[in-house]
Order: sequence, then structure tokens, then C-alpha cells
Amino acid sequence: MIHALTFYLFAVIAVVSGLLVVTSRNPVHSVLWLILAFFNGAGLFVLMGAEFVAMLVVVVYVGAVAVLFLFVVMMLDINLLGLREGMQRYLPVGAALAVVLVIEMGVLFANWSFAGEAMTLRAAPTPDVAEVSNTEALGNLLYTQYVYLFQVSGLILFVAMIGAIVLTLRVNPNVRRQSIGRQVHRPKDEVLAVRQVRNRGGI
Amino acid sequence: MGEIGLAHYLTVSAILFATGVFGIFANKKNVVIIMMSIELMLLAVTINMVAFSAHLQDLVGQIFTMFILTVAAAEAGIGLAIVVVFFRNRGSIEVEDINSLKG
Repeated sequence: MIHALTFYLFAVIAVVSGLLVVTSRNPVHSVLWLILAFFNGAGLFVLMGAEFVAMLVVVVYVGAVAVLFLFVVMMLDINLLGLREGMQRYLPVGAALAVVLVIEMGVLFANWSFAGEAMTLRAAPTPDVAEVSNTEALGNLLYTQYVYLFQVSGLILFVAMIGAIVLTLRVNPNVRRQSIGRQVHRPKDEVLAVRQVRNRGGI
Repeated sequence: MGEIGLAHYLTVSAILFATGVFGIFANKKNVVIIMMSIELMLLAVTINMVAFSAHLQDLVGQIFTMFILTVAAAEAGIGLAIVVVFFRNRGSIEVEDINSLKG
């Protein structure tokens, strides 16, 4: 009973805030609804017993991705009034597509069943939660069997970081920067002039 | 109410995915909201994977969820960088204005 109630709470808030993400007028509000949707998605993960993934969603999505969206939305000086003008034109197409998609997935869910040998085809059966916690079991799997994929995902993040820096870096020729190499390699005669100063004379 | 099973989670994820698709079509003026819709669709896919992982008692679904999360974070970073550069060059983030390639 309490499980069902919690599920419906998380599910309804997730769906409603998902709808508000795409329909709200102000992009900043959209980001805030997105954060709520991710929190409730994380709640659903906890209900399913995937607590590590739930905390990962909170940390990665809410802590990093959503804040990144918030920064970009707030930094771009966009005209809020003009943003919704084309909404009515594309609304019917989008709504029709979404309805068709939901109907198709409903048909799929209605006429679908597990294969008889599904339980024997599992790649890594979950160990008993009383003995090995979810996080420990995931770590045991991730750092042994999937260690190459783990490294590749690190590489993907690295490439994304370099790509974002390269895209947004702007070299401004008007900014005067210190170039230590040029400073150190300047020849002495360019900088210093040794003069004979007469007594009481000056240069 | 009754017992909450795999079908309930799949329904939630289907609705969220359809919401994301709807958002892509409904927001022709703002690329950032389209990217948020993509994030919603990724969340729906993630719920799907974890639901099957929990139902089949197979941990690989959760492992792949983490990889999806990684790729989603990378995609958001690169995408937002592109949006920032585009806004800097054209002063707009409307989808109709992104037509330099005449595609």
C-alpha cells in the first residue's frame, strides 16, 4: 500500500513536471521543473532498489547538468515574449506525434511477454541485498567486467570537456597578457642602455 | 492501487518519453528547451532500463544506466557550448535561424 502510494506520488509529479518543462513560458522555470522531474525520477529508482543510480542521477543531473542549463539560460539574453510565438503552429503536429507514440507503446506493452529462458540469459544476476549492497555489487561488476567501458566513458567525458573549451574559448587580441617566454628571451641590449653620467650633469 | 510492477514503471517512462518528443516539436523558438526535452527522453530511457534491471534481477541494466548518464552529461556540455557559440555569432537561439547549411 505505502509502496503503491509512494510510486504514484513520484510518478505523477515526474510526469506533471515533465509536461511543465516543455510547456512553461519562461526557460528558467523549465529548468526548475526539469530538476523536479529528475528528483522524482531518482525517487522511482530508489523504489526499484537501484539506490546508487538514484544518487548518481541526483548528483550528475541535478548537481551538474541542470545547473549548466540554468547558467546557459540565464546568460543568454533571449527575448522571452517572442519565444512562444510559433507554439500554436507546431502544437498539433507535436501532440499528434506524442499521442501516436503513446498508442504504439501501449500496443507494444499489451502484446509483449518475457521469453521463457529470459532468467537464464541474464549477464549478471543481482546478488542478495542482505549480503552485498547495491553499490558494492555495481562496483564489483563495473571495475572488473566492464572496466574497459568505464575507461571509455571517462574518455568520452574528457573529449566533451576539451570540445566545450575549444568551442567557447575566445582569443581576444586586445587583451594584454603576460608572456613569460618572451620576457625571459628578450636580449639585454633591447632593454638596457648603459650611459656615462657626468657629475652634476644628468643625461 | 494494487501491486506496483514492471508495467507501471514502463508506463511512466513511456509518458515521459512522449512528453520529450512533444517538447521537441512544440518548442521551435528555443534550442535550450529542445535539449531539456532530450534530457527528459534520456530520463525515460533510464527508468526503462532500471525497471527491467529490477524486474529481471540483472545488474547490467544499472551499469548501462550509468553509461547513459555519462553520455548524457557529455552531450549536454557539448550541446550547450554549441548553443553559446551560436548565440554569440547570430544573437538568437531560434531553430528557424539555424539555416546556415541551407538544409
